[in-house]
Amino acid sequence: MNASLSAASRRDLVFGILTVALLAAVSVAFPSFASPANLADVLNDTSILILLALGQMLVIVTRGIDLSVAANLALSGMIVALLNRSFPAIGVLPIICIAALSGGVLGAFNGLLVWKLRLPPIVVTLGTMSIYRGVIYLLSQGAWVNENEMSREFLRFVRWDFVELTTLSWLAIVVALLGFIALRYSGAGRDMYAAGGNPTAAQYCGIDPGRMQFIAYVISGALAGVCGYLWVARFAVAYTDIALGFELQVIAACLIGGVAIAGGVGSVFGVVLGCLFIGIIRNALPLVGISAFWQMFINGLVILAAVLLSARQRERKRSILEAV
Amino acid sequence: MRRFVLLSIAAILSAAIAGCADKAPEPQGEQPIRIGLVAKSLGNGFFDAVHKGADEAAGALGAQVIFTGPTTPTAEGQIEVLNALIAQRVDAIAVSANDPDALVPTLKRAMQRGIEVISYDSAVAPEGRIAHLAPSSDELIGQTVAQLAAELAPNGAGKIAVVSATPTSTNQNAWLAELRKALPQYPGLSLVSVVYGDDVSDKSYRETVALVKQHPDLNVVISLSSVGLVAAAKAIEDQGLGGKVHVTGLGLPSELAGYVRNGIVPKFAIWNPIDLGYAATQIAVRLARGESAQQPVSMERLGTVTFDTSGIGAMGKPFIYDASNVAEFEKVF
Repeated sequence: MNASLSAASRRDLVFGILTVALLAAVSVAFPSFASPANLADVLNDTSILILLALGQMLVIVTRGIDLSVAANLALSGMIVALLNRSFPAIGVLPIICIAALSGGVLGAFNGLLVWKLRLPPIVVTLGTMSIYRGVIYLLSQGAWVNENEMSREFLRFVRWDFVELTTLSWLAIVVALLGFIALRYSGAGRDMYAAGGNPTAAQYCGIDPGRMQFIAYVISGALAGVCGYLWVARFAVAYTDIALGFELQVIAACLIGGVAIAGGVGSVFGVVLGCLFIGIIRNALPLVGISAFWQMFINGLVILAAVLLSARQRERKRSILEAV
Repeated sequence: MRRFVLLSIAAILSAAIAGCADKAPEPQGEQPIRIGLVAKSLGNGFFDAVHKGADEAAGALGAQVIFTGPTTPTAEGQIEVLNALIAQRVDAIAVSANDPDALVPTLKRAMQRGIEVISYDSAVAPEGRIAHLAPSSDELIGQTVAQLAAELAPNGAGKIAVVSATPTSTNQNAWLAELRKALPQYPGLSLVSVVYGDDVSDKSYRETVALVKQHPDLNVVISLSSVGLVAAAKAIEDQGLGGKVHVTGLGLPSELAGYVRNGIVPKFAIWNPIDLGYAATQIAVRLARGESAQQPVSMERLGTVTFDTSGIGAMGKPFIYDASNVAEFEKVF
């Protein structure tokens, strides 16, 4: 246990150094990139990714996958956007609660199918991904909810500054800290790793792996729901296709952050690093003036490299298990 | 006695009905030309505006417009209303198709019965119509956007950049190529960068932020995709650059009204549905009067349209929307 943990933290450390090196390289080409204001912008831009990736991490750790996060985000975002359009006086807090509730329910639907019917997670969420997108179309009739139809409060909440960081950034920081504490120190958090690392053994210890998966989907869904509001407010528009394909970036961030796609392995610190790495790349590449095609290529390369790192780490862990 | 009354009523009724039926197949003479104008769906603000323009043209030409369409935007619904129009023996049909192919058999039948069929806005496959009126052309769009950029840059000079959709988008690249062709008319403008937002909000937003950081002296951001335009406008607003960097391009009034009011997007372009209805009706009436689509067809106040070998013609330059007219159109589309 101790050995594998230190292997994971060593990987995170290597990755942290890589991220700083990347930052340094970009700063050489574009000096103002490392300025605190710009870094705050990058964090602001990466916050939604961090929130989604933390939820996704739980799902992947318990041996699932959630392809429907982006569709869930879009549907919950559309629900609160329509609500805000019809009732502009509704406050931001009720909006966030409704977004979390809607996201949680959509996540629970995934979770129940995976838990109770034992369906493969990739198939379930591939299906619900389309269903959720379809529902957005039904709700909105294909029309957009535009900036001038959103209340000022609704749009402003994500833009409030507090100690140089926006609400978005603070939300990501707080959720990451909560996630870190819960996963490391709470019984339920440890149960998640146990259920994902070895479901049979977990079952014998009285942990229901299916229930753990269900909980992971609900949390991931609720986070996606809140992100739905954040997304709609940040970009000031809601339509059927918002965040189309974003689930792949979320999964990529998890993989880069060292989450094992087979389950059981993953840390909050690693995932946040993975997100920041993606965030720096996608904010830096346009500045350095690299062509759009190369941007895609580099993104892919980073994912492959990260998975390679994780694979090597997993081999080491297995050999430790075999030795014991 | 009662039987006689009933019989005579029946006789009068049948004579009346026969009389009505007799009147219909008289296309010449004093009967006004009747145009069936088919919308994608009823209750859609865009097509209500099309109807308004169509009535204007019909009034000027002494024709009559029958505005109709299905309640939901489906091809099946359009086939039903087209069959009704054929039964009414209208002189011409102008349709914005929900499906380019599904309507073809019905429209072929209409043409066999001597009805002139054109499509507007959304095309029907060539075998189902005589001509198609496109709202604009790549070339005219490129010219209009270049003109907008020149109007928004201080004294017509400055740096401009484009937030496109994906690097492989056919439409976007065609418009971009025409924009580049039109730019030499405005020697003060220099196109410093083209970035790709992939038609998603977050990437378009990020690319716009990068643009203004990379080019601190940028004057105009152009986006020819509606997702990109809205995202670019929000990015410029969030960066606090409103008034310094103007955003423009192709978008819908309903999406951009807020940004027009706060000055981020002082003006932008898209076709005018009123003009589109006006032009479609002008063409339909003239074809019904026997003009040929092989020759240039007049649209009176909108000039003339020339249909190419595949029967496609462009109405004209996109219409420019600004603070003076956006409120009127934001409810429309």
